[in-house]
Amino acid sequence: MSNGRFILLACLVGVALVAASTFVTNEYYVFAAYFVLQYVVLATAWNILGGYVGYVNFGTTAFLAIGLYSAAALNKWLDLPIPVLIPIAGLLCGAVGLAMGYLTIRLRGVYFTIATLALSVVVQTFITNWDYVGGSRGIYIMRPTDVPVFGSYVAYLFFLMTVLAVASVVIARVIERSTFGFGLAAIRDDETAAAASGVPVLRLKLVAAAISGALMGMAGAPLPFYLTYVEPTSSFSLAYTVNSVAMPLVGGTTSWLGPVIGAVLLGTMQQAMTVLISSSVNLLVVGVLLVIFVIAAPNGILGLIRSLRGKKVDPETNPLAAILVTEKRSSQ
Amino acid sequence: MMMEASAATSNELILDARGITKRFGGFVALNNVDLAVRPGERLGLIGPNGSGKSTLTNCLCGALKTDGGSISFAGRAIDNLSSYQRARLGLGRSFQLPRPFHSLSLLDNLRIPLVYAVNARSGTHLTEPQIRTRSTELLGEFGLGGKLHRLPGDLTQVEMRKLELARAMATDPTLLVSDEALAGLSHSEVNEILALLLALNKRGVAVIFIEHIMRAVMAFSERLVVLVAGEKIADGTPKDVIADERVIGAYLGQ
Repeated sequence: MSNGRFILLACLVGVALVAASTFVTNEYYVFAAYFVLQYVVLATAWNILGGYVGYVNFGTTAFLAIGLYSAAALNKWLDLPIPVLIPIAGLLCGAVGLAMGYLTIRLRGVYFTIATLALSVVVQTFITNWDYVGGSRGIYIMRPTDVPVFGSYVAYLFFLMTVLAVASVVIARVIERSTFGFGLAAIRDDETAAAASGVPVLRLKLVAAAISGALMGMAGAPLPFYLTYVEPTSSFSLAYTVNSVAMPLVGGTTSWLGPVIGAVLLGTMQQAMTVLISSSVNLLVVGVLLVIFVIAAPNGILGLIRSLRGKKVDPETNPLAAILVTEKRSSQ
Repeated sequence: MMMEASAATSNELILDARGITKRFGGFVALNNVDLAVRPGERLGLIGPNGSGKSTLTNCLCGALKTDGGSISFAGRAIDNLSSYQRARLGLGRSFQLPRPFHSLSLLDNLRIPLVYAVNARSGTHLTEPQIRTRSTELLGEFGLGGKLHRLPGDLTQVEMRKLELARAMATDPTLLVSDEALAGLSHSEVNEILALLLALNKRGVAVIFIEHIMRAVMAFSERLVVLVAGEKIADGTPKDVIADERVIGAYLGQ
């Protein structure tokens, strides 16, 4: 399918989602769907660096929180509308992503992953001590009860998140089929060999890290308006990080479709479990699923389907498995 | 008997490396090594294990930074250029252990250098159909024509070596550094790869041929350089070099 047709199809799916949401009378379902779409953005964004380039980023919360808190702070200061806050969050997080990209010069495999985890700790410490956004007490965000056209604010937020989800999936798919995407795949498979083939390894990694970070930040910008109250502990919840890693791995990391499948599946399942059992059981189930998939189906659901069709798949494309293999190789 | 290739003016040389020094901590891996290659030349580079052959390859191709010396390629100083820029200039390399892009098909393995090295040169722009034709042709030449859409994981050891060379050739190099392309191959497979390398050289590609199999080195090389413990101890015609006492001493012990 050509890019043009794909964009058209993605937009149609987006329109259908928004249209369907207007028929839903119970607002909880729209809330839940927003949550799932937010994970579609996060998982897709994570996969641009984690799946396509093979750098496992455990700093999703840092990017999400920078997006979230920049929106909360700017809203408090200048009362800017969300469509303006989203690109600002994107720019900020793109810059942080670029800085994270520079880490890849020295840090590979598990060391890079640890550094990204440290990034979230640093950002959390900074925000916990930032009084303007309430520090550890948190901050309330007043949202208007109604917005024109959409009627309710929840419908408006759902529309915005649908646009972000469609945009990130389109970006991921365009990258995947482009020369840039092939370069990223070459880097994932072997950085030294990629460089020897003329691939400007660092430049490509920087661009991928910036795009990935920017999309994560943009997903965070509408979040304070969704939650109406934000504080550091829940904003930096481990759930965001674990989910954004687990979703692409469960779905399959080599294609744009993998993170979408993973996010819809795990996201919906978590919402159901929150209602039926308890929200604290979520992370446990995701953790167990992650372990099962890394061991039994390293290429995720997409890889499973491909191997059922008799196609050979390469287990080293799983970024988690690959960092372990890289460690083993470099120690030889 | 030292044949001083550096006596030639540098514009006659495709590669002119002078005084290359590389240290890993206190260990001197390369000590003041000169290496010159003329366009289209077949240069054999031999030396015992740990003598610095692969380190020299990595320094020449930009995978390692040197601690001293200068390298010029095609009349241009390349000391500050990174690996990918050297590949774009026409300095190709194949790795000792094949390092294919294992998630990409054979065609796409060759597409990478065609898009990123060849198309990045000024004055060349291959279109998508041209890239496909070129990579199909190259894989055909290397006897991999029947496996265009397979993954590297499906290949045998000798096919993997061929893919490694084909990918290096896809950068359209003027100098190919072939690092032990024959290691671990059978007698007939050695001949097969050797014939491929000779065919590449006939098209004007200079080759630095790093190898342990002396039969192959003697058959291939026009000139031979010997590295021992990071120093160049001999440089001349293969016949002269293997008669050199220091070379015999280094290989057989005194």
